[in-house]
Parts: sequence; structure tokens; C-alpha cells
Amino acid sequence: MTSTPAPSLRRRRSGRSEALAGWLFALPWLVKLGLLTLLPLVATIAMGFMTMPITGMPRWVGMANYDQMFADPAFLKSAQNSLMFAFISVPIKLVLALGLALLLHRARALAGFYQTVFYLPFLMPAVAGSIVFILLLTPGAGPVNLALEGLGLDPPDWLRDPQAALWTLVLISIWPLGVETLVFLGGLQNIPKDVNEAAELDSPRSWHRLVWITMPLITPMILFNLVIGIISSFQIFVQALVIGGTEGQPAQSTLMFMVVIYRTAFRYFNLGYAAALSTMLFLAVLAVTVLVFWSARRWVHYEGDTT
Amino acid sequence: MTALPTGTAKRRTPRNRGGGWIGKVMFHALMLGIAAIFLLPFWWMLISAFKNNADIFSLDITWWPDPVRWENVVALFTRPDFPFLRQFGNSVFYAGMVTLGTVLSCSVAAYSFACLRWKGRDAVFALTIGTLLIPAIVTFLPTYIVFARMGLVGTYWPLIAPAFLGEAFYIFMMRQFFLGVPRELIDAARLDGAAEFRIFWQIVLPQAQTALVVVALFSIVYTWHEFFGPLIYLNDRNDYPLSVGLFTFRTQRAVEWPITMMGSLFTALPLIVMFLFTRRLFREGLATSSLK
Repeated sequence: MTSTPAPSLRRRRSGRSEALAGWLFALPWLVKLGLLTLLPLVATIAMGFMTMPITGMPRWVGMANYDQMFADPAFLKSAQNSLMFAFISVPIKLVLALGLALLLHRARALAGFYQTVFYLPFLMPAVAGSIVFILLLTPGAGPVNLALEGLGLDPPDWLRDPQAALWTLVLISIWPLGVETLVFLGGLQNIPKDVNEAAELDSPRSWHRLVWITMPLITPMILFNLVIGIISSFQIFVQALVIGGTEGQPAQSTLMFMVVIYRTAFRYFNLGYAAALSTMLFLAVLAVTVLVFWSARRWVHYEGDTT
Repeated sequence: MTALPTGTAKRRTPRNRGGGWIGKVMFHALMLGIAAIFLLPFWWMLISAFKNNADIFSLDITWWPDPVRWENVVALFTRPDFPFLRQFGNSVFYAGMVTLGTVLSCSVAAYSFACLRWKGRDAVFALTIGTLLIPAIVTFLPTYIVFARMGLVGTYWPLIAPAFLGEAFYIFMMRQFFLGVPRELIDAARLDGAAEFRIFWQIVLPQAQTALVVVALFSIVYTWHEFFGPLIYLNDRNDYPLSVGLFTFRTQRAVEWPITMMGSLFTALPLIVMFLFTRRLFREGLATSSLK
């Protein structure tokens, strides 16, 4: 960021008081950053090596929680489910959001209306949204199965078939894709006009332009949406709890990692084990994020290459 | 790239290919079709809220409740096992307090990160952004134990008090706005000998009113949606905000679809109405926070 330097004499005199003010203004946040973010992070990692009753003294148990984890079917199942969910829902959501953004970018008349409509689902609280989807997908009560049958398709038993329930969660969680769409749209609208005009002369086929001109220019938005999408999909909770309860019905097919942490900590009050599970979640998010950012050096294009 | 709010600077490419009115009609037919799919859950919620169970499960699909059962509204507001109005009030209180705390604390911190120079600032800011990667549950567990031992479980204190210290995402968002305040303005005030707090209060904040409103809007939406915190910290039906209240009612009375749908409708409605009046600001907030 460019900022014009103040006259240097003035700077030297005001530097100390400015620094003091800087610390003071940041102080509330520094307290939270230290005491309510970083310290708890360390505490959770430490708790993972303990048994932790709500009242009474914690006891150090070394790797016992982690040994237990890899023999715990709920851990293995929910980790598998959460990874599946992330790998299915994130790409679908991003592709749909990008498609919608490209369409919105073309729209002239009614553009504001379309944007509003695509953004509205984001405003629906996840509890309410999930409940509405249950009704929509209930055979005999909702129109979805009827529409699919009308198209000659055989609708799955969305809520009771273990093969289908994970896809139901995917469906519920990609409905609110307005944020991702508007992020992409912002990227598209920021592409300089002359770039598009030059590209139209260069390559008359619109598919070529999309792949070779437009896509590289919005890679920063793809990265942004991808990182946020992965982090939040690893932590899906509300939708899974509404659809499958704490047991991940049907047949543990919607048992997500956060649901297992929740019931371990607040149903079974096994806080040490829950902390170990949380630490695993943290490590997974960290690993995937580092991986994505590392790979981003190869595929993300930054305008002017300096920011 | 400049750090100025970008949402307003729309560049529109003239596009006249794709041929005439047939292309346009097909385009809008496609868009309206997609829009209908996105709106279907809202529509289904709305009409089911005004049906009874028998209508909802009647074999032929009806797109309009017949008869319109207005008594469902009364039922929602008067049920003894679903203190909806009370929970609505809780949600308003919860979202209001968190938003107040967030706007105050984040504007102060963002001013420090954007407009003041101090040693370690950039490192602390990078760390702040880094904390966005930490899953909420990781910091939640120890904090819960501390609040539990302080005897604050069952109250709104653990849910509201931390907001008065700041929130990483909103600090980031506001900083982006504050960077757009002309540096000369601040330096000139400083040369005049204005105290830092006065510069913040009288010069920077008025320039960044949009930022305050945008952050407030996002904070209201997110707090209204907030589920995990209230689920853990509150244990009396009369204390729940709507998100948890609706979940609890649905868990206990899964078969009462009309009331559940009416409850969902009235839970979503305030946010939708608010959004329709402030659409432009939402877009601006997204543009500023994603286009770094």
C-alpha cells in the first residue's frame, strides 16, 4: 500500500506517541488474541494429552487419547465422512458459483434481481434451511421427488438411504452459494475492459477466452473461495446435526467430525478426548491450507505480481 | 491495486454478440429458471407455514395453501412449549449486543492496524489473519471450562463479552476500509496537534461510516445464525435465541410441520427484510474483503 511519508522531522517527534497510541488502540484485540485465541489453542493441544473432568483435577495420560482415537469407529467414520463431504461439496459449490457469476456478469436487465435471489439463501439460518430441505425432500410432502419422477428419474430416498444422505447434506450446503458467487462476480467485474477487448480480437471462441484469459485473472478469487470453502466444510455441524442428530442417521452416514467432537465434549463430557479430536481437526485444516497456499504459487496469478 | 472500496467502480463491457432478442429471451429464461430453483425452498417454507399437516402431506402437490391458515401465526406466538416471541427477543438482544461490541472493538483495532505505525504491527496483523484458520472448537473447549468454573454457563456473558474485544475477520474488513482514508488527512490533523483518539473519532470514523454499517450488518447476520455457542452455553428454553430454539422445537415435535415452518419463516424474515434494504452495502463489504 502506498502512503505518503510525512515530513521526517515531524515523524521522529510523533513516532513514540504514535506507537504508544497504536498499542493502546490494539490493546483489546491483543488481549483477546492472547487470552481467548492463542492460549486456548495451546491449552487444547495440552488437554489432548489429559483426561479432563468438568470439575476436579485433570490427569496427564500421554498419548492415550490418540491411541484410543485410531481404534474408535466413530472417529474413523466421521473423519472419512467429513473428508468425503469436503471433496464433494467444495468443488461443486465453486463450479456452480463460478457458472452463476459468469451468467450474472452477462446480465444487464434484471441484474440486481438475479443477484438478490442468488444471495438470499445465505441469509437463511442453517437450522431453518436444513429443516425446510427435509420437508422438500420428504416423499409425498415435497415437490423435489415429484419433479424428478416427472423427468423420468428415480429419486433416491434422500433422508433414509445411507448412500444418499451425504449427498443430501451436500445439496443443503451448496444452496447458500451467494457469497462465493458475488466474490467471483467482483473478480469478473474488475477485469479491465481493454483486456477483454484485446482477447476478443485475439481469440474469437468464447471457451478459449474463458479458459486462457478470464480464469487466470480470477484465480485469486478461486483461491479465496477454495480456502474458505475447505475450512468451513471441514467444520460442517448444524446441517449434519439437524439431518442426522448426534448419531449421524441413517447408519452413521451423516456423522461429521464436528458432531463427534460435540457429543464427546458435551454429551459424554469427555473433554480430554474431545480436545485431542479438536487438535486433529486443527492439524487437518492447517495441513490442507498450507498445501493449497503452497500449490497456489503455481496457479494463482496476481495482478502486477506485487501487492 | 488501490485499497479503495471497489464495489462502486463497476466496469461494464458492452456485449452485443449472442444475437438479438432470441438470445436475450433464452438467456433470461435460463436465469429465471435458475432463480426459481433457488427460491423454491423459500416458497415451500412460506406455503407450508400456512397449511396444516394434512395439506402438507396431501398426495397432490399444491403451490398455494388452500385454505390459508392464518391461525398458524397465532399458534406460533402462543404455544407454551415454544416461547417464540421470547426467543425472538433473545435473538435481538444477542445480535444487538454482539454487534455493538464488534463495531466498537474492531474499529479501534482496525484503526491501529491501518493508520498507526508501531513496532510489530504487521506481524501482529499477520497473526490475526492467521487465527482465521483455527477452527472455532479448538479455542472453544478451554474457554468453556473457564467460563463453567466462573459459573457463567447459562448466561449470555460468554456469548457477548468476547465480542467487545474484537473479532479477526471484522478487524480485517474494517482495516481494508480504513486504508482508503487519505493519509494526508490524518497527518494534517496530527500536525495540528490533535490527540490520536480525536483523530480516530472525528476524522477517520466519519470517513468510514460505510465500514461501520457493513460490519454491523454482517455481524447481525452471523450472530442471528450463531448456533454452536448458544447450544453449549445456554440450557433453558426461555434463554435460547431463535436458532437453538427452532432446533429444539423441531427435535421434540418433529411432526408439527406447520409450526416448524412458521417458526423458520419468522426466523429468516428479519434478515431478509434487512438485506433487501441494504443490498448495496453487503456487496460492498464482500468486494472490500475479498479483493485484496
